[in-house]
Amino acid sequence: MVGRASVEGEVREAVIRRSVHWLDERSGVAPFLRGTLRYLFPDHWSFLLGEVALYCFVVLVATGIYLTLFFEPSLAKTTYDGVYEPLRGVEMSHAYRSTVELSFDVKAGLLIRQTHHWAADVFVAAIVIHLARVFFTGAFRKPRELTYVVGVLMLFTVLLEGYLGYSLVDDLLSGMGLAIGNAVAVSTPLIGGNLALAIWGGQYPGSPEFESRMYVAHILIFPVVIGALLTLHLVLIVARHHTQFRSDPRATNRRMVGVPLWPGYAPRSLGLLTGTAGLLFLMGGLIQINPIWLWGPYHLADATNGAQPDWYLGWLIGALRLVPSFDLTIGNYTLVPNPFWGGALFPLIVLVVLISWPWLERRVTGDYREHNVLDRPRDAPGRTAFGAAFGTWVFLVFFVGAADRIYLFLDWSYAAQIWIYRFAIWIVPIVIFFVSRRVCRELQEEERVEDEREAAEAAASAAPSVAPAEDRVPAR
Amino acid sequence: MSRFTKLVLALGALRGLRNRRKRKQTPERIVEPGEPTPRAELGVVLLLLLCALFAIAFVVLYAVDGISSKTQFEGLTLGGALIFLSAAFIVTAKQVVVTEHKAEEYPGAHPAEQEQVAQIVEESGTPITRKKLLGGAAIAAGGALSAALVVPAAGLGPALSSHVLLETPWSRGRRVVREDNVPVKASDIERGTFYTGFAEGASHDLLGAPLVIVRLDPAALKLPPERVDWAPQGIIAYSKICTHAGCAINLYRKPTFPPVQDKPALVCPCHYSTFDPATGGTVLFGPAGRDLPQLPLMIDRKGNLRAAGNFSGPPGPSWWGVRLWKARFVRR
Repeated sequence: MVGRASVEGEVREAVIRRSVHWLDERSGVAPFLRGTLRYLFPDHWSFLLGEVALYCFVVLVATGIYLTLFFEPSLAKTTYDGVYEPLRGVEMSHAYRSTVELSFDVKAGLLIRQTHHWAADVFVAAIVIHLARVFFTGAFRKPRELTYVVGVLMLFTVLLEGYLGYSLVDDLLSGMGLAIGNAVAVSTPLIGGNLALAIWGGQYPGSPEFESRMYVAHILIFPVVIGALLTLHLVLIVARHHTQFRSDPRATNRRMVGVPLWPGYAPRSLGLLTGTAGLLFLMGGLIQINPIWLWGPYHLADATNGAQPDWYLGWLIGALRLVPSFDLTIGNYTLVPNPFWGGALFPLIVLVVLISWPWLERRVTGDYREHNVLDRPRDAPGRTAFGAAFGTWVFLVFFVGAADRIYLFLDWSYAAQIWIYRFAIWIVPIVIFFVSRRVCRELQEEERVEDEREAAEAAASAAPSVAPAEDRVPAR
Repeated sequence: MSRFTKLVLALGALRGLRNRRKRKQTPERIVEPGEPTPRAELGVVLLLLLCALFAIAFVVLYAVDGISSKTQFEGLTLGGALIFLSAAFIVTAKQVVVTEHKAEEYPGAHPAEQEQVAQIVEESGTPITRKKLLGGAAIAAGGALSAALVVPAAGLGPALSSHVLLETPWSRGRRVVREDNVPVKASDIERGTFYTGFAEGASHDLLGAPLVIVRLDPAALKLPPERVDWAPQGIIAYSKICTHAGCAINLYRKPTFPPVQDKPALVCPCHYSTFDPATGGTVLFGPAGRDLPQLPLMIDRKGNLRAAGNFSGPPGPSWWGVRLWKARFVRR
């Protein structure tokens, strides 16, 4: 029996060896595999955030392909006669009808659709938290500015992709969202009217081709762009390797310490992939999201009160609601209509600030060196304070989007809330800036005192004759 | 074990032994030897079997009809299978395989190659004598070709004529109808609520078609002088499409105690732009930057509501120069 076990081992070894030989002789891939298998990954949980985003994308592509097999991107009218009683006899587009049908008639269709929707929401959340980690630890610094810029571009592409996704369905909420998108496009200075006419193929709600344009953008153009940016992001990471925290004494700016891909890291990452997918399917099965059959088909003259977009567009609806009644005009000549401020200028400012941050920070600090070791937030009080203030600014605007819900639940005057926010979004970030900078500096100071005390204690215990033990007083 | 597997094993073993004889001494280990953890291996086996069980349960659920809460059970089984697989991977990573902490140098830049790349580009250009002329010609070709390639995009829509944005189906005499195409009578319109109307014979999905109609106390109206006869009996109509972001206005603020509460207003549910119907659709609150276009109304001999002209301005969201234009009637 012992003999057989060792024979089986020998066989396995021989099979592996022969496969590698076969593959390398035909592809020359052995040196690449040799390097890849021992590629080092830093051993810290915060490096998994980006991976969660990556795996959400995998789930999105898989579930999305399934959905395309049943969805019909057409605005042609039909009458619903499916299993969902309340909509029987209602005139609607094929887009909406096929989405209702794939929810109720296609086996496991609702599971896949809800999983797709949840995956999109978790995807953006993972990207945003990953971005926060990268920002507050200074991972964007030289030599990783390109990786960072590609990542930020990916975030904004993903926001648009998500918007397109829920706009395809032609239910009441998606139509309202498209009306707003159209108004923002129309408000673009100088070319807005022409731009929107080109995109929509006419006056809103546009020509029938608009649905197929959105469809090809959602299932082909945007996924390809995201896939390309994602590949570039990963290639750049591998080219310069990961950053690392100073948790291992061997970790320096020149030397990286980590777990090799094989055998240590691969099962972890696969565990994260399957775990992310599993959680998304659990959510898709157990937590209802966007029950489109309740909203009904979209008609231009219909609207519903208290409509909210997916969470990641909350900052834009907040901004659109916050801006006071104000078109930029010269006499009777309209230059910039109102939706531009909240719907286009605000996200544009956020995008530009995020992208240019590595260079802005360098301008201030004059630090042009390479950084492979990460800061803790306290190590760079200025950056942390700016990040906290900037994040507060964006998230306060995000909360404006919920003011109507607050009004309903708590009966706080909507108008009063808006007026408070109009001041708070400028005052609170400034306060946050100074408070967080102070906190960082205090933490640094505390550490410095602690280090000095330890050094003094070490010196004292090393030379007992100079300072007798009973005379030693802690530094604090 | 079947006879066939035994045969394969024996054959493989023979080859393996032969190979082993060739390489006498085993090479130095690359991967650190880890401690065997048979109990953890058993745990992984258990988790993998649970994964298989849940996956099979999903297949069965999929196949069997007439189960209530099917979506929930499908999510539980498929998600559960993946979660167990995930747990198996994580136990493998943490307990079964060895976790090494290796150190290596960060990759640096390549100064020599950088120089050579620059050199190659520079040296390649030396035989060229008319650099500026060539560059200019190349820019001309590239620019013209780009323009030629972009021009077909104009076919996307009526992009070059923004007059399309002004179109409405309203002209003098057009009847106002309900959603079911029944003409709206003046006597149908009561105070304290709002009504939705459309242009008779035109598609309800035209941006300029839908109206929001309310009845106010004629004495409370403060319309601009040129619009004094636009609201017969205090019945007043506006474009239902908000001038801010194009949503349909479907909220009507109606004071329960008029003297102390805010006056009647039309409100858009998207961003809460609030318009005053008594003063010609002026903005009371919210982000809208332009008044709501008003439609002049008249009442015919049968008591039906009819348009007495076109809107006071272009309907829908605003664009560059919108205030210079007038709404334009298009028969559709």
